[in-house]
Amino acid sequence: MMPSENTGLFATLAIPEVGHFALILSLSFAFVLASVPLYGVRQNHQPFMQIAKTAAIGQFGFMGLAFACLIYSFLMDDFSVSYVAANSNTELPIIYKISATWGAHEGSLLLWGWVLAGWTLAAAFLSKPLPENLRATMLSVLGMVAIGFTLFLLITSNPFERMSEIPEQGRSLNPLLQDIGLAIHPPMLYLGYVGMAVSFAFAVAVLLHGEFKMAWAHWAKQFTLVAWAFLTLGIALGSWWAYYELGWGGWWFWDPVENASLLPWIIATALIHSLGVTAKRGIFQSWTILLAILAFGLSLLGAFLVRSGVLTSVHAFASDPSRGVFILIFLVVAVGLSLWLYSIKAAEVHQRKRFVMVSKESLLLLNNVVLVAMMATVLLGTIYPLILDALGIAKLSVGAPYFNTVIVPLTIPLALAMGLGFAANWIEDQPQSLLQRLWLPLVISALIALLIPLLLLPSVEGWAIIGLFMAAWIASTALMWLIRARPQSLPNSMQTFGASLAHIGFAVTITGITMTSIYSIEKDIRMEIGESYSVDDYRFEFLGVKQQEVANYLTSKGEVKVYENGQLINTLYPEKRLYLSQTMPMTEAGIDAGLSRDLFVALGEQLTDTAWSMRVQYKPFIRWIWLGAILMALGAFLAIWQSRMRTSNTSPQSTKRKESLPAGKKLTETA
Amino acid sequence: MSPVKKKRLSMVVLLLSAVSIATFLIIQAFNQNMMFFYSTTEVKNGTAPVDRDFRIGGLVVNGTVKRAQDSLLVSFELTDSQTPVTVEYTGILPDLFREGQGIIAKGQLNQNGVFVAKEVLAKHDENYMPPEVQDSIDKAHQHREQLVQNAQTQLEQAKIQ
Repeated sequence: MMPSENTGLFATLAIPEVGHFALILSLSFAFVLASVPLYGVRQNHQPFMQIAKTAAIGQFGFMGLAFACLIYSFLMDDFSVSYVAANSNTELPIIYKISATWGAHEGSLLLWGWVLAGWTLAAAFLSKPLPENLRATMLSVLGMVAIGFTLFLLITSNPFERMSEIPEQGRSLNPLLQDIGLAIHPPMLYLGYVGMAVSFAFAVAVLLHGEFKMAWAHWAKQFTLVAWAFLTLGIALGSWWAYYELGWGGWWFWDPVENASLLPWIIATALIHSLGVTAKRGIFQSWTILLAILAFGLSLLGAFLVRSGVLTSVHAFASDPSRGVFILIFLVVAVGLSLWLYSIKAAEVHQRKRFVMVSKESLLLLNNVVLVAMMATVLLGTIYPLILDALGIAKLSVGAPYFNTVIVPLTIPLALAMGLGFAANWIEDQPQSLLQRLWLPLVISALIALLIPLLLLPSVEGWAIIGLFMAAWIASTALMWLIRARPQSLPNSMQTFGASLAHIGFAVTITGITMTSIYSIEKDIRMEIGESYSVDDYRFEFLGVKQQEVANYLTSKGEVKVYENGQLINTLYPEKRLYLSQTMPMTEAGIDAGLSRDLFVALGEQLTDTAWSMRVQYKPFIRWIWLGAILMALGAFLAIWQSRMRTSNTSPQSTKRKESLPAGKKLTETA
Repeated sequence: MSPVKKKRLSMVVLLLSAVSIATFLIIQAFNQNMMFFYSTTEVKNGTAPVDRDFRIGGLVVNGTVKRAQDSLLVSFELTDSQTPVTVEYTGILPDLFREGQGIIAKGQLNQNGVFVAKEVLAKHDENYMPPEVQDSIDKAHQHREQLVQNAQTQLEQAKIQ
């Protein structure tokens, strides 16, 4: 394109090139980061190691600049950029022009790259507890990961690519993605996914270093906790969005893309606990490292599944085989090399220490094993059909019932061991005294599990009793643990409080899942205008449908009055929208939300002049599923906040907590 | 046996039994919930199972969507461009269900050879074609070309004779 006399116009025209160039600069910083600090470690040359910080800043800055350029192109409706033309439109509200930046493949990878640079920057500046050379090695590994991603962006998915023919109007963002929940879902998820890269880089650095000190595990745990918290929120947001926007009231479909986010979440959960044991007792080092490698590998696998087009789902917008091949090679190289390194070096890192059957650490190990088993079953159900398809053997899918039959029973030992784990002492405990300590929560949980279905719920179901028992058991033992810990100082109490809160959050989620799965009522009905339909104590009165034109869509807005025991409680407006730019229909449900139940009305199709098909649902406790996730994330953040205070004020050893140590026993191992 | 060994043994036994229970559960669940995909031609040929859920896919044939007057029963025909199969479904169809669109349905065949769907899936993109459906259409085309080719060679052979 020729520069015009008008410099302002020229600047506008060149912005995508600036972005492209910034991306290349960011790549060169990644190359510096990947090589120079590592060379510094080899030569034991301090200044070379310290270059890592500068490189991390440069990488973050230029990646951020590239991202800003892309947002700018969206805001300016620069349809000469093919990515903008494919995903935006002059009619699109500004907020969705911004979120459209990461609404499809190229832009979301750019965001991914920037988030990676952000994590690298955080790891560079917040890693004082780690020795200089370990830190430099870790940052170099992160640089290598960044090289892989940036090359992937530049080679297969350049978001700044121009088109020779500039269209007058863009194709617009998929209406499904024009939603606030979906605007923040990907950034949250990426903060979680990509955070696993830090634990991974840490694990590889520890292997190269040949030593794993307890205090380092404490450091790695904080980073993993932050990533885990974001991942939790990201998954919950996705589930919530699916519920009100896509799923007609479903909140989890065991869709391969959902599974792709669940897999690293499960392993990250195991990793946090394993890191906790390593930090506290100086054991499980090689297991921890293996989990860290696995968590990152699963993040990459998730990226592969979503980005390669092997899956068919709303998430899998782009199907370009070269992209899939690139990620697959990246996955094989990264995981293969680190596992190879693991096989040679793990023995050096590992410390053989005795630990007994009845102790906190063995219960944590048991839960780690259960979590890994869960991950393996989800992984099997997710990729087995893909492998058979790729080999041309058969086309099949594994339905939700498979995942439910496997995961639900596995949750039972998980919950039981969780409660035992709270009460158990480190190093060694006595089974009798452990049970003595737990009789109160046991009785409370049993009472809750039996009395609530008997007195309050419409029917007594076996799984409801089991689910409620698990939830009550986890919550009550977590509370008891908090009370029994009686921490002296505020920071300590914050950590215990955070951990307790996170586990209570898990119990809340289990309650929500149990109640929603068992007691939901779902009816697809035909409704004439003026007709009423009753579900439980609720009566839905259909008053009619009005046509309206709003912003960038046409809507048929239904009006449904909801009565509870004859009393009007809400008027719902379920909509059927038709987006003009893509002539794509969309269903917007009308929801009366509440802590104890949701009432959900979705408009189907117009059957005759006066009749519509409609879905009416009663969803008890569905909000608890996401509320629990918020509590989990909140708990994690509280725990980190405390940890940060502690590491900045005192050294980790001096505040080693003595809670739950049996009298007469001392921790013989300190970092 | 020393106490340490005993403990270790019980640990191993515990782990093994946990693993075998898990494996048993997984295999059970897997076998029950595997759902194969069949094209409409395969369904008509009788390749598809009876008394078991499977997935069928194809294009919705123009002008075949019929609705019942007083319920949410819908019937339509699906085709891989070669053989049509009738599908019945009671409920609300997805937003992007329309004639000519490629869709996938989950359900069972009944005695009359009608596919009774429990779920109908149409993806959220107007230009989207489920790969299974594309594949079955391609196969049908190949099959037809093969037939034409066979007929031509037969014709030529007849001419030579």
